[in-house]
Amino acid sequence: MDFKTTVFFFLSAILIFAGLRVITARNPVHAVLHLILAFFTSAGLWLLLQAEFLAMVLVMVYIGAVMVLFLFVVMMLDINLDQLRQGFWKYLPLGAVIGILIAIEMGMVLGSRYFQVLDSEVPGVAANASNTRELGALLSTDYVYPFELAAVVLLVAIVAAVALTFRGPKKTRYTDPAAQIRVKAADRVRVVKMPVEKQD
Amino acid sequence: MDTLMQFGTGVFGTAWPAVWTLIKIVLIVAPLMLGVAYLTYAERKVIGYMQVRIGPNRVGPLGLLQPIADGVKLLLKEIVVPSGANRFLFVIAPMLSLAPALAAWAVVPFTDTLVLADIDASLLYILAIGSMGVYGVVLAGWASNSKYAFLGAMRAAAQIVSYEIAMGFALVVVLMVSGSLNLVDIVQSQQKGTFADMGLNFLSWNWLPLLPLFVVYFISGVAETNRAPFDVAEGESEIVAGFHVDYSGMAFAVFFLAEYAEMILIATLTSLLFLGGWSSPVAFLPDGIVWLLAKICFMLLFFLWFRATFPRYRYDHIMRLGWKVFIPLTVVWLFVVGIWMMSPLNIWK
Repeated sequence: MDFKTTVFFFLSAILIFAGLRVITARNPVHAVLHLILAFFTSAGLWLLLQAEFLAMVLVMVYIGAVMVLFLFVVMMLDINLDQLRQGFWKYLPLGAVIGILIAIEMGMVLGSRYFQVLDSEVPGVAANASNTRELGALLSTDYVYPFELAAVVLLVAIVAAVALTFRGPKKTRYTDPAAQIRVKAADRVRVVKMPVEKQD
Repeated sequence: MDTLMQFGTGVFGTAWPAVWTLIKIVLIVAPLMLGVAYLTYAERKVIGYMQVRIGPNRVGPLGLLQPIADGVKLLLKEIVVPSGANRFLFVIAPMLSLAPALAAWAVVPFTDTLVLADIDASLLYILAIGSMGVYGVVLAGWASNSKYAFLGAMRAAAQIVSYEIAMGFALVVVLMVSGSLNLVDIVQSQQKGTFADMGLNFLSWNWLPLLPLFVVYFISGVAETNRAPFDVAEGESEIVAGFHVDYSGMAFAVFFLAEYAEMILIATLTSLLFLGGWSSPVAFLPDGIVWLLAKICFMLLFFLWFRATFPRYRYDHIMRLGWKVFIPLTVVWLFVVGIWMMSPLNIWK
């Protein structure tokens, strides 16, 4: 077993363990932390496939931004585990069917002839070519329309999120920081000149 | 050097490359930790002089042994774990905040050749590792099971996530004008230009054409490290000391180490990206690591200077500055530089 395979199995073992802990951990914060570990190890696996750009972006976007907000929300929730566990046996058959379906689909995709990632040589990449440059060139030539389409979809999602959470102008009193910053001393303090008055 | 390599191969056999890398890591981390120790000393001295005081002067000549005394004192203290705390996360949180601050140094170049890992996407690596620093703070606040610590952690997390965006945009412009994600290439791309041909290298560095981004990047860096005037995460007057209020002894010291190591990292990155790294400011002096160290010290002085000068920002003002001033500014400058590069006036060919 060469070094690369050892690293692969090491990372995969951690990834599977972390993935299992995400759904079995009792404490939701622990579950999120294991999800972070799972993302981190899968970034390591991508590095093994020489997809350095994707690996870095995975860490940056998912661990650095998405999971922070996730952790934030989970920490503030007061989750009652007993309530969550109610009806577990009732929903188990349906959940199991969906789970098995997803597993079969994944097996079919991964087993197909076009998806032998580990065996395939990435086409047209020279040994010293920059991953980022190749990806950028592809995205702005061959895949420019799908890329722009994805950007539009994301924009729609942003607008939709704002529209969903916007509840009209605030009725409460609030401070306007911009106005506060614009204030000058002359607006607040008036210096009055007057002669000294003698006390008699 | 060759004899050292041969000797190493003789002693360790095939394990020598791994051992040699470990030696190099120690050679980076040990001076860094020493730098952190003396940065605390420098901070107290500089702020002392700015406030017409003397600063520490009791331990050793000129108080030079003060950081060592502080370190020993913290080492000897008991680490108290609050009874309601999540023990595992409470202990691991300081490590999580120190580890990214140290891991980022793996790709930081000190000269053209003196770099631990000269990888293609080093700037991306720094961004990715840097974005993980927030977990130490968030977990420390949550694991302490205290309201003050939790409030501090929330403030810190929101602040770090916000300022990371402005920092990221500033870096995008830098890599646009350098055409590379590699830090060595970024520094080398600053060594040429009209002014460099005239012998005035310091006018060819990125700080001049990208001045607004230089300012935004450095101020965001100050906010990232939760330093004054953006230190509401610690806010002594309202939440005692924020996320590390329940930490004592060495666990507390590790947070301190992380904060100062991150300060040095931000100063180093600013020097590399905007101040030409190890290149000398004028053509008749040779390039070298001395220049990089001088620039780092110069940027670090700003951190201390800010702390002595500005009162603490109010929380909503910090958020406003990040989202409504810095992010639009960097986006606009991104377009300006993009159009500039496409126009005949392009200076980055």
